[in-house]
Amino acid sequence: MDKIKTLDVKTEELVLNMGPQHPSTHGVLRLVVELEGELIVNVKPYIGYLHRCFEKHAEAMTYPQVVPYTDRMDYLASMSNNLGYAIAVEKLMGIEVPERVEYIRVIMAELQRIASHLVALGTYGVDIGAFTPFLYCFIAREKILTLFEMTCGARLLYNYIWVGGLSHDIHPDFVRLTKEFIEYFKPKIVELNELLSYNKIFIERTANVGILPLETAVNYGVTGPVLRASGLKWDLRKNDPYSIYHKFDFEIPVGDGRMGTVGDSWDRYFVRVREMEESLKIIEQAIDQIPDGDVKAAIPRRIKPPKGTVYSRTENPKGELGYFIISDGTVNPFRVKVRAPSFVNLSVIGEMSKGHLVADLIAILGSLDIVLGEIDR
Amino acid sequence: MYEYLNNIVGNEVITYFVVAALPLFLVVLPFALIAVLAERKVSAHMQDRLGPMRVGYHGILQTVADILKLIQKEDIIIPQADKKLFNLAPFLVFIGSYAVFAALPFSSKFIGTNAEVGIFYILAVSGFVVAGILMGGWASDNKYSLLGAMRSAAQIVSYEIPTAIVVLTLVMITGTLNLGTMSEQQTAYFWNWNILGGAGEGIQQILLIPFMVVAFTILFISTLAEVNRTPFDIPEAESELVAGFHTEYSGMKFAMFFLAEYANMFAVSAIIVSLLFGGYQSPFGYLGNTLGIPALIPFEQLFWFLSKGVFFVFVQMWLRWTLPRLRVDQLMTVCWKYLIPYAVFNLLIVGIITLI
Repeated sequence: MDKIKTLDVKTEELVLNMGPQHPSTHGVLRLVVELEGELIVNVKPYIGYLHRCFEKHAEAMTYPQVVPYTDRMDYLASMSNNLGYAIAVEKLMGIEVPERVEYIRVIMAELQRIASHLVALGTYGVDIGAFTPFLYCFIAREKILTLFEMTCGARLLYNYIWVGGLSHDIHPDFVRLTKEFIEYFKPKIVELNELLSYNKIFIERTANVGILPLETAVNYGVTGPVLRASGLKWDLRKNDPYSIYHKFDFEIPVGDGRMGTVGDSWDRYFVRVREMEESLKIIEQAIDQIPDGDVKAAIPRRIKPPKGTVYSRTENPKGELGYFIISDGTVNPFRVKVRAPSFVNLSVIGEMSKGHLVADLIAILGSLDIVLGEIDR
Repeated sequence: MYEYLNNIVGNEVITYFVVAALPLFLVVLPFALIAVLAERKVSAHMQDRLGPMRVGYHGILQTVADILKLIQKEDIIIPQADKKLFNLAPFLVFIGSYAVFAALPFSSKFIGTNAEVGIFYILAVSGFVVAGILMGGWASDNKYSLLGAMRSAAQIVSYEIPTAIVVLTLVMITGTLNLGTMSEQQTAYFWNWNILGGAGEGIQQILLIPFMVVAFTILFISTLAEVNRTPFDIPEAESELVAGFHTEYSGMKFAMFFLAEYANMFAVSAIIVSLLFGGYQSPFGYLGNTLGIPALIPFEQLFWFLSKGVFFVFVQMWLRWTLPRLRVDQLMTVCWKYLIPYAVFNLLIVGIITLI
């Protein structure tokens, strides 16, 4: 390289425009990649193609009307978004929700976590070139969506968890079918591991690729499975418990560098696989203990919080989802600010992919598991 | 074959054309059509789906409908493209995979040309494919296409080396380059196939078996890479390079690339079959011999050749829908650090054994 420079030959880096229409950008993300041969010199993400003014819209809506908008942020984990918002407004108003509601909320959020991770793992397989695990993951996800459909009538955007309660009580068959799903799904995780996780080629492609050191991860404010894969045991369900998570016994999986270095793409992938197992544990514990009660009992007739501000955070499948709400004492929120986990997690991509090949960029981006609906809002 | 047709037609030039066109209409096009459908069905059933079900019974006419649609499509040539090369590329790729069929021994009576240098000719003409892919990638004036084409050229050229070494091993044992003769030597029963040591007798044949299995493994892996199939489908790695070198092609030109790919899949399977798995020979003897109808034998041979070829095509599909894809540098590592040394070592050992 130095020799070429001394020869005074004009060399130029190849600038590759990846996206917004590219099969591996998981939505309408545009990455401007500077290449030296096939080596990456720099990556800049350009976002905003899916901007829908969620935060501005929310100011014109009443508090319950905001809930359907939260569905559309991380559209692969709508339940969790609903839950985060409901908890924030309840904190602002000081509402105590019935025990039954809490149990159902936890079950829904954990089912949603499994569904979201299934999409992440399946599409990650497609990024690496394995198409079949993707469809196996989606078969299992369909079953979760059917459970949701039975409960609230929708398969993607639920508008289910309301401020102070739920939109519907669960179906009489829900408990039985959820147990059936747990029994169905346990062997499927083993199958996924055999087919993809421990595949030699898959390990070659992902281990030691896109290593995210813990210090960098913390400096960038990365959260969720991406942070945990770097080795920090940080999960809001344990570290800052909300709802009734303190009642359940579960582990926080962290990356251990089994196939390479701590914080590589394989660790990020495998942390998600193990989180699905932990979510199953929580659901198993919760499903038998749902108490009786009225799920709509605590829903206030008029949602008009007192003047004040609140910041509330929950552990979404993608990471820490925070809602900052300012109330001016009317029925409309004065300001709703969302801390989107995908947005923060994406910011670290330039740091991670320097010096890697173009093919690795795909593997790194896939392992971050971003959803553009949440990044752009 | 040629003499027989020449007697019927009576004109040498017309006969040449007829002979040249026969494999295209009898084998290549129908096979490509069936293989595309088979791939969709195989992948579907591996993934708990049904695949195409609408056109005809269980979707058997789906590819015909697709080809009809592609013929009607507008042939888009982007203004920045190098027009001549852009138009030439799909034909070169198709010629490369089609010309291979001329030297394949479909049965003892049906070989396009029973050339003495058969296998050498096949290795040579398949080089057209590289030229076509490079041209298509360069002329498209698209960075993704160019990257795909460069990768493809590097890959195919690299993997031709282990292929050639393994072919050399086989040539050393059989003492001929002619695929027809090679198939003829592995006659009668499956224990005479080259993978089981060839038609020889005694200790030499048994000693050869493990090395023939190694040769088969190397040959299968490297031909897989030469036809750009998973886990070596890097040139058209969908998630990285959109569609690789044929991103900018549409309509019938795209279909040419597509058909060439499937024709190529069969071609390399046929090479493996004729080198190692007895070519057109039946594993259990012929029905024609038992019934006393010698005319039946060539058709049986055609059947065996096609079935063995199709079996390896199925294995290729099976691998594609199971494995992820290697990265481009790992692909080169597999070739230069593992396949080529093993192939050379294998060649040496086989050489020593044949000298005993």
